[in-house]
Amino acid sequence: MGEVLVLVDEVDGVVKKSTTELLTAARRLGEPAAVWVGPGISDAALATLGEFGAAKVYVADSADLAQHPVAPAAEVLAQLVGEVSPVAVLVPSTADGKETAGRLAIKVGSGIITDAVDVATDGDRVVATQSVFGGSTIVHSTVTHGVPVITVRGNAVAPEAAPAAASRVDVQVALSDVARKATVTGHTAAAKGGRPELAEAQVVVSGGRGVGSADGFGVIEALADSLGAAVGASRAATDAGWYPHQYQVGQTGKTVSPQLYIANGISGAIQHRAGMQTSKTIVVVNKDAEAPIFELADYGVVGDLFAVVPQLTEEIGKRTN
Amino acid sequence: MKIAVCVKQVPDTWAEKKLREGDSLLDRESADGVMNELDEYAVEEALQMIEAHGGEVVVLSMGPDRAAETVRKALSMGADAGIHVVDDSLAGSDAIATSAVIAAAIEGRGFDLVLFGSESTDARMSVVPAMVAERLGWAQLTFAQKVEVAGTDVSIERVTENGFASVTASMPAVVSVVEKINEPRYPSFKGIMAAKKKPVETLTIAEVGVDAAAVGAAAAWSAVNDFAARPPKAAGTVVTDEGDGGVKVATYLAEQKFI
Repeated sequence: MGEVLVLVDEVDGVVKKSTTELLTAARRLGEPAAVWVGPGISDAALATLGEFGAAKVYVADSADLAQHPVAPAAEVLAQLVGEVSPVAVLVPSTADGKETAGRLAIKVGSGIITDAVDVATDGDRVVATQSVFGGSTIVHSTVTHGVPVITVRGNAVAPEAAPAAASRVDVQVALSDVARKATVTGHTAAAKGGRPELAEAQVVVSGGRGVGSADGFGVIEALADSLGAAVGASRAATDAGWYPHQYQVGQTGKTVSPQLYIANGISGAIQHRAGMQTSKTIVVVNKDAEAPIFELADYGVVGDLFAVVPQLTEEIGKRTN
Repeated sequence: MKIAVCVKQVPDTWAEKKLREGDSLLDRESADGVMNELDEYAVEEALQMIEAHGGEVVVLSMGPDRAAETVRKALSMGADAGIHVVDDSLAGSDAIATSAVIAAAIEGRGFDLVLFGSESTDARMSVVPAMVAERLGWAQLTFAQKVEVAGTDVSIERVTENGFASVTASMPAVVSVVEKINEPRYPSFKGIMAAKKKPVETLTIAEVGVDAAAVGAAAAWSAVNDFAARPPKAAGTVVTDEGDGGVKVATYLAEQKFI
């Protein structure tokens, strides 16, 4: 059975959920082989990789790797592609992941497909499914030259446990000078909000132009907190300075696909829709009955969000006690 | 300093995007073409660097004839000169080919930095800056929310999931920027007038030194097999608030097992 290389995404030595998703996707194509690039792999990490299907774990362990962004991981993967001739290489569709995949594709002379939501085998070729243009179009695509390098969107493939050996294979790393040109001199953590990351949250509560002010977002935050949700904002709200840019959901912001998306005071122009329209359940509160966002709603209330949202928050509080 | 800024003309983000029947390429004609938004931030950053350190900003774009408008926009913001690679053979190029053309256009011109927006709103791949760095063998400093030049070194704050990483390298280097980095200036009337006289070099694929057979749709290393519109969503329930709207949503959420 052909090997499928899966680049592991970890934070502080803990395997991220996205890796378990990619290992599951890799099983659709061949035998998953996880690739760990970074200093030290714990037994717990090996166990997680094995639990989700990694027959092998290639470990490229060197202090150098943490000091230089992106380029080292691409070199390690290129080395492995040359050695094992995999069926495909799967990489998480994060900023680091996409850039690693891009550099890898150039190194090994392969085509690249980004942000796949699924992969499958069709005869002897690998077919990726992509959900593009804000989810309005579903595409099936193939790499037509070289070993398919595919980045896979987080939260798209449901992880399935499938215990495998996770046999450790140590990889000798000899980084080129080019890979060492950019050096990380420090990390600065953002002040931790208490809320989940937008990209990973199961529930997102957003505010738009209808919120009217920065203070108005207090009502949005209270609803989010009652649901343990992340807070999002429309372009109109972030441009007006009512909420920070990093929370913008939309064409020029983040794309989210949570289980539940509650849009408050958002009209639903394509700029915003493109960032959230594949959410599983969409609830809308807007005082304009003609707002296009109601076309997306599974449940909608035409009304003033400053009346509806606090009442909703209070009801949730009552029901969860 | 000599700084190149890569800009791309993309369909207006407020317009619906579609793939073309037939060749499955992005339909670029039916919407207005605008400068990719993040590229405006890259142009602004380059202009601010020149204001601080002296030098020139050259804007580079690979695109059809109408991409000349995007080059002109950058010139009217204050860039000094433009390079426009335009050739019929380029239509439908993938990121692999695009990065080859950009690298070839950048190489050998003495640039200290080449700046990009971190992502374009059409394909949203975020790979071209890294690919260009790979091809040029230059340091890659991408997803920058802050850029600083000191002597022959450049440093950035690279946005990460939980804050940022400080990254530094010697120039020449490839940099890409995120929205947080600055506020792009609007072209002034004077800037728009001045832009008309600034030099724009147009280059064919041969003049850039890339083989025409290696670019364009036919040469792409990935292909769309088929595509379809997502099936429309079944209509939901919409009610009017009569003093109980919040309660009704809570009931719905409970029925759907969210609470």
